[in-house]
Amino acid sequence: MPSNIIELRGVNKWFGNLQVLKDIDLSVTQGERMVICGPSGSGKSTLIRCINRLEQHDEGSIVVDGITLDENTEHVTAIRREVGMVFQSFNLFPHLTVLENCVLPQIRARGSSRKDATAKAMTYLERVRIPEQAAKFPAQLSGGQQQRVAIARSLCMEPKIMLFDEPTSALDPEMIKEVLDVIVDLAQSGMTMVCVTHEMGFARKVADTVVFMDGGRVIEKAPPQELFGNPQSDRTKQFLSQILEH
Amino acid sequence: MAQAPKLTSDVTRARPGPRRRPWGWFDFVLLAAVACFCVYLAWRTNVVFKYNWEWSTLWPFVFRFDTEAGKWVPNLIIEGLLTTLRLAIWGILLAGIIGTLMGLARNSQRLLLRLISGLYVMLIRNIPPVVFVFVFVFFIASQIMPKLALGDVVAGMSSTGQWWVHVFFGSPKLIDNFLLGLLCLSIFSGAYVTEIVRAGLESVPRSQIEAGDSLGFSRLDVMRFVVLPQALRNVLPPMAGQFIQLIKDSSLVSLVSIQELTFMAQDVQVTTQRVFEVFVFVGVIYFVICFALSRLFASLEQRYAQANR
Repeated sequence: MPSNIIELRGVNKWFGNLQVLKDIDLSVTQGERMVICGPSGSGKSTLIRCINRLEQHDEGSIVVDGITLDENTEHVTAIRREVGMVFQSFNLFPHLTVLENCVLPQIRARGSSRKDATAKAMTYLERVRIPEQAAKFPAQLSGGQQQRVAIARSLCMEPKIMLFDEPTSALDPEMIKEVLDVIVDLAQSGMTMVCVTHEMGFARKVADTVVFMDGGRVIEKAPPQELFGNPQSDRTKQFLSQILEH
Repeated sequence: MAQAPKLTSDVTRARPGPRRRPWGWFDFVLLAAVACFCVYLAWRTNVVFKYNWEWSTLWPFVFRFDTEAGKWVPNLIIEGLLTTLRLAIWGILLAGIIGTLMGLARNSQRLLLRLISGLYVMLIRNIPPVVFVFVFVFFIASQIMPKLALGDVVAGMSSTGQWWVHVFFGSPKLIDNFLLGLLCLSIFSGAYVTEIVRAGLESVPRSQIEAGDSLGFSRLDVMRFVVLPQALRNVLPPMAGQFIQLIKDSSLVSLVSIQELTFMAQDVQVTTQRVFEVFVFVGVIYFVICFALSRLFASLEQRYAQANR
């Protein structure tokens, strides 16, 4: 049995008086590809943002790669070093070139030399199929290209886990495929990943586990065939019928 | 074989003529009005006001002929200009540093830092500059500066050392005086720079900080490599304005006998009794310095434009 690389136990979180995460128990094993879906405001983004402490949980425990997330900033830094994150709005650094976006984090957070960092950056830019854009600024690229750079930037840090927070939601339909192709590639290479997305075709194709969330709770967790083919709860059925109609 | 007809949508056509006329009847009327006003002013000054311009009395105060050395040497106006330039360059540097640090403090998570920087900005922005200059120089700086005995320090230096001090800070005899004025100007201007930097920091979206955090940057690195560079670029235009203001405000320290351009101009004006020649000339000098600086900032802005959305 493979060990759990991410483990959430009884996680609760409030924004003011609003409880956004309710008793979340969830574990991800090494190499597992998990897709989290659910309606807006169901807490799915908050959940994965808790995993690298962009949000703090109020109760319960989160253990990532054997390290417990707590007030200790060294623990937080150690976890962030192992966890890569791709955002809905790319969040590239607009004042740096594509190459520098990939190089600077390696130098500052990994202590790499500029030469090594540049070589690695070019390797990953090739892997996401845009080495020719290295000298450009993010604003000169299309959304799909920017998101691929963001993926390359995360991969340069050689993370053990990748988190994707709706990576294709801000993209034009034509560009969704080029980004998903890159993520599928990555999934097939054995990377552990947790992905919040509405792309059900993608979930079917790559996910080992699909988690359905609503109202801050995990409603259902199952392999994609089961969850899509034979959903157990009424809420899941209702949600799936809504999105599969189109 | 018949060729497929060319689709019109494939052909790029030039736009048919400019959309707006660049020059219309309104522009002529406006121009005529401005011209009439200028002619009227010229007539008033020549006929009614009757001022005899005598520029020749001014030039010896720019350069004078040293009969002993047998060559032309810079006189009061040029010396004043050099002091003004020194004040401007050091002042921009110092006000920039003070403003950046205080701006960071304004956005700090620590309450004490926020209080200190808030108090600093509040005090300086709400009193007139002239009052600040007097209060600062007579009640604060003059208690501290003599204790530092910088004049003695410089006097003890080697001759090359003294030469460099002269280049950077002006006459070693007046170094206390110069630093006093510089500090006064920088602290005063720094308060405005603080507010500009604060606005810049707030203009950088939170998501940029999150991106830095998620990549494992330290807190300081997020500030240094992600937030601050973007913040400063976003506020280049108001920053240029503030630095130009600083150069013009440097004339205020003439009130406490810093011998910069305006101080010297007053001296020359008293000696020659040619008020208008002296101040028109000095005004042109200020204009040239400030305009050059504004061009410099404009080119910086243009350079960064490509990286901005």
